[in-house]
Amino acid sequence: MLSALLPLAAPALPLDEAGKYVAGAYVVFLILIVVYVAIMAAKLQRIERELRELAGFAEQRNRDGESEKVTVDV
Amino acid sequence: MYGKGLRALSIATVATISLGFSLVFFYAPLDADQGFIQKIFYLHVPLAITALVGFIVGGVFAIAHLRSGDSRWDAYSYVSIHMSVIFGVAVLVTGSIWAKASWGHWWVWDEPTLVSFLIVFLLYATYYPFRYAIEDRDRQARYASVFAVTAGAFVPLNFLAVRLAESLVHPRVFATAEGGLPGSMRLTFLVCLAAIALLWVTLVKFELTAKSASGQVKRLRRALDAPAASGQSRIAPEVS
Repeated sequence: MLSALLPLAAPALPLDEAGKYVAGAYVVFLILIVVYVAIMAAKLQRIERELRELAGFAEQRNRDGESEKVTVDV
Repeated sequence: MYGKGLRALSIATVATISLGFSLVFFYAPLDADQGFIQKIFYLHVPLAITALVGFIVGGVFAIAHLRSGDSRWDAYSYVSIHMSVIFGVAVLVTGSIWAKASWGHWWVWDEPTLVSFLIVFLLYATYYPFRYAIEDRDRQARYASVFAVTAGAFVPLNFLAVRLAESLVHPRVFATAEGGLPGSMRLTFLVCLAAIALLWVTLVKFELTAKSASGQVKRLRRALDAPAASGQSRIAPEVS
């Protein structure tokens, strides 16, 4: 499918036998980078989720602490 | 802390890679012997050089860790080796494609350059099971550093041994009696080498920043005494 689309995107590329191999090597490099970025994005999402969870936990603790203080004051 | 300058570095990397690949396809002349297939050289060789230098850099960071006991150096060493292993995968795949196009085979077992790189790659592939077989974090870091130093010393020795072995198959294009690369090809190659090296540095910094953020979240969780979230990864050195 890629070999069918590539001439449309870059008609100047000599996609004979050699061109396919060269395109293949550069596409492999691109795929590796994209996969790495996708993994890093998943990690970032996990960190963000954990931070949100911890922020919620800290806020809940503050609220509990304040209500305890109010109860003691009364 | 690790994220400082990451944006500028990323922009520089993208610009250099764009320039390098533009030079490859629009400036560098076709090779008289291999023709268009030789364009893989500008990707494959810089990846190989960067991966091998990255392994050595990992060893240097490991020495700093063993001398100081500072866990940050262990994290640098781990991430350098990790990134070089990823680059190593790219070297093996692009090399195989080039071999198939040029020699008609995906792999040639009697070619010292190919086999020696595979040995180095497989050696570093054992770094992960070796490291995570040890549960105690301090011992894990110390043993991993010893591994990184030993394997890092093996890389230049291995390179020298291959250079000394006279092979008729793998081309030698630098420092040859015949004169090596012509000027335009050399310039293109150097730009590509700088681009791939910058990519390595950027990704190492990126990974360190992510690990540092993850470590800070763990510290925060401990400080808040919050219950641990499910699915937490324990396979990375803590960077804080």
